[in-house]
Amino acid sequence: MPELPVINEAKCDHCGLCVSVCVCGALQLKDNKISIVKVNDCGWCTMCELVCPTGAISCPFEIIIEDDKK
Amino acid sequence: MAISLDSLKSIPYFTGLSDSAMAAVNSHIFEKKAVRGDILVFEGEPAEAMYYVTSGVVKVFKTSADGKEQILRIIRPGDTFNDVPALGGVNLASAAALSVAVLYGIKKKDLETLSRDFPQVALNIIKVLSIRVQEMISLVEDLSFRHVNSRVAKILLEYAGNGDKPRLTQQEMAAMIGTAREMVGRSFRSLEAEGAIRVERNHIIIADYVILKKIAGVAE
Repeated sequence: MPELPVINEAKCDHCGLCVSVCVCGALQLKDNKISIVKVNDCGWCTMCELVCPTGAISCPFEIIIEDDKK
Repeated sequence: MAISLDSLKSIPYFTGLSDSAMAAVNSHIFEKKAVRGDILVFEGEPAEAMYYVTSGVVKVFKTSADGKEQILRIIRPGDTFNDVPALGGVNLASAAALSVAVLYGIKKKDLETLSRDFPQVALNIIKVLSIRVQEMISLVEDLSFRHVNSRVAKILLEYAGNGDKPRLTQQEMAAMIGTAREMVGRSFRSLEAEGAIRVERNHIIIADYVILKKIAGVAE
């Protein structure tokens, strides 16, 4: 399974903004809970993180050096 | 709580102490756990404790009146935060977990007691504070003299690893280098255009180390 944005449920106020901007349709708000239902569709566009008013979603990047450039 | 002697000795404040001193230190330590996003210290509130990160990553940051964030330090395992306020005054900055984290804390009054009872602790505190001043001077230098692309490049070099370095969001990078999130995105595109990096989903790949170092203004 691909890595997915991190959702901090304690910070989420269920406003649904992240769902509305998710161009991949990967997010869903159901029973007052945000979840990533289409895990393979998330393209890491980071729009959910950008619009979240409470900072409940994070899309962190791992920084790596290409093997032959070390 | 029971904490191994080796763990305690790795805390910069308590290196070089005798076993009896370490036993006294151990009696004052408490443990705190957090998940990504948890606020650990609130700026402006009375300082209660100094913290040592045993696992995970923590950011120390200040927030402006209009909500802009400036990250002052990224704390990795083996390092401490809230040092200065724990020695007097209010919390100078906030702190939040960037990942699941486990911390050891020591309350302000207990730190004072230990530094009175064991002079080596006071000496260690001075050494830690000296490092903090050097870090702040380096941050001021970056904010004053480096172009945004250069600052982003420097962050990428600093946080490049093999899974052993903290992962960063664009917002966190922006807050570290004192710019807007949008500027970090633009810098990514600019650095990609120059062939220095590639952004592939949640990975930023340093494709040309030499070019990136040159942009960062880092000596070979």
